[in-house]
Amino acid sequence: MTPILDVSDLTCQFAGVTAVDDLSFTVDRGQIKAVIGPNGAGKSTLFNMIAGVTRPTTGTISFDGSRIDALPTFRRARLGIARTFQNLQVFQEMTVLENVMVGAHTTGRAGTMSAIFATLRQQAEERDLTETAHALLTRFGLADKAQLKAGALSFGQMKVLELARALASDPSLLLLDEPAAGLPHGEADRMGEIIVDLNRNGMTVLLVEHNMRMVMSLSHDILVLNNGRRIAEGDADTVRQHPEVLAAYLGESEDA
Amino acid sequence: MSTSSSQSAALTATGRPAPGGWVALAASQHIRLVAVWLALIVLPFVLPNNYLLSLANLAFINLILIAGLNLLMGYGGQISLSQAGFFGLGAYTSGVLNVELDVTPWLGLPAAALVAGGAAALVGIPALRLKGHYLAMATLGWNAILIVFFVQFIDLTGGPNGLLGVEPFSIFGYALDREPRVFPLVWATSFLVMLVILNFLRSRSGRALRAVATNELGADAVGIDSFRIKLVAFSLSAALAGIAGSLYVHVNMYASPETFSIATSILLIVMVAIGGAGTFWGPVLGTAIYVLLPQFLAGFEDAELLIFGAGMIVVLVAFPGGLASLPTAVARWVGRRA
Repeated sequence: MTPILDVSDLTCQFAGVTAVDDLSFTVDRGQIKAVIGPNGAGKSTLFNMIAGVTRPTTGTISFDGSRIDALPTFRRARLGIARTFQNLQVFQEMTVLENVMVGAHTTGRAGTMSAIFATLRQQAEERDLTETAHALLTRFGLADKAQLKAGALSFGQMKVLELARALASDPSLLLLDEPAAGLPHGEADRMGEIIVDLNRNGMTVLLVEHNMRMVMSLSHDILVLNNGRRIAEGDADTVRQHPEVLAAYLGESEDA
Repeated sequence: MSTSSSQSAALTATGRPAPGGWVALAASQHIRLVAVWLALIVLPFVLPNNYLLSLANLAFINLILIAGLNLLMGYGGQISLSQAGFFGLGAYTSGVLNVELDVTPWLGLPAAALVAGGAAALVGIPALRLKGHYLAMATLGWNAILIVFFVQFIDLTGGPNGLLGVEPFSIFGYALDREPRVFPLVWATSFLVMLVILNFLRSRSGRALRAVATNELGADAVGIDSFRIKLVAFSLSAALAGIAGSLYVHVNMYASPETFSIATSILLIVMVAIGGAGTFWGPVLGTAIYVLLPQFLAGFEDAELLIFGAGMIVVLVAFPGGLASLPTAVARWVGRRA
């Protein structure tokens, strides 16, 4: 079976600095794959290239067997790639429910004209969408916040909301940019549980994360970057004992 | 869940909508709209003379302009400096079709909407491709170009003297040419326009537009083509201006270029802000100010514009959310004192 995501010979340079250097890897269907590495290792640049925010200098990215590296972000989303953001990009002025409904934008059919005249089909779609969004909020414990402005939520709730928004489009690949960043221990653990649960139901996840405990406990496969290059790849035990990984992390004396 | 039960269950004891009550809440906004327009029916009966009724009629036409602009500006975060230009384009389209080709205003009105909306798409395609406020700059030039057309194409538009000989709307030979007869036309049309705007805002497209204005990065990530939805909003707001233009020219039976100047466009933007940009009822308040204030200030002659301008500044400094935010601001102030 072809991998859902195939990154090949990917390089990204900014003004002479090579952020990602000739990197190749794949993500298989049903996998939780984590990308880790010290600060400045190129994780965010890699993530942004897959999401479509940053263009690679050379190399290719294929999703579901077809090239996506030249597509704008919104087209990648339409193919089934959903993402969350490290520094939250919720629609603060819209309600929690509307945030999730916007998340399902790609699944909707109704155009502007059918909206203006409130056609029966548009109304039916709207009702279904509202129900689906409510179900997602209920699942993530935000149902009682549905009518609040998203900006009124706590940081942790916004992180969960962003995840719910990403899931509303029923994606086939979920990109998580530091899902545990900024969360207290308990909430980070809960986020981990949510991710594992999603994966059990078939979701493929690619995540960038600093929280080692989380990465080691839930990932099937871990890619370790340093200076834009792969220094190790494999399951938690392999990566944990890899000499280059130890050197990269201990050299920075990062306690994770 | 039936409609009636969902409505009664829409609000829980805490005043927060219960799950599933959202559809009912959306419906209640429609109910409020119908209630307000039903209340407005009394205007021809309570206004003491036809002059005041003519002001009310003008207000309904201006509401279409301001509410259309609010859609783009308040909800879409894009500024157009040619709303008056599209107003004029609609007026001359419908008016010239009527004068030159004897086309009935009933066909002139949709034609005006199509021409104004289509022209907006042409202006918007290059301007909205760029991120930032390029639409404001492009539309500033566009309004100026339109004025030149209105003035120079004398054979069609009558030039600076204005377009004369425009017929009024008529129903089965019954001409809507006096204030009490014009009222139902502008009352009903403005209601339909407000309904269209409400439907749009409560739809997938409307949510996408608001999402793009709130957070373009987030909107991009959920698969929204931000260029496309901004273009749709711009065309829609211009099409509504075109409709207002058609009403205007057949109600006044006349149009002249200065009505559609950049100064008018700027004033319309100010009215959106004064009423409350990005609120559904803001344009109604902005329109009331737009039509009524000059009546009160007429006695001040040369100082009129000065007082007008100073008043606008005071309102916007004191209430950045516009007049529509007044109830919340007052409630907060009272709450703080208590």
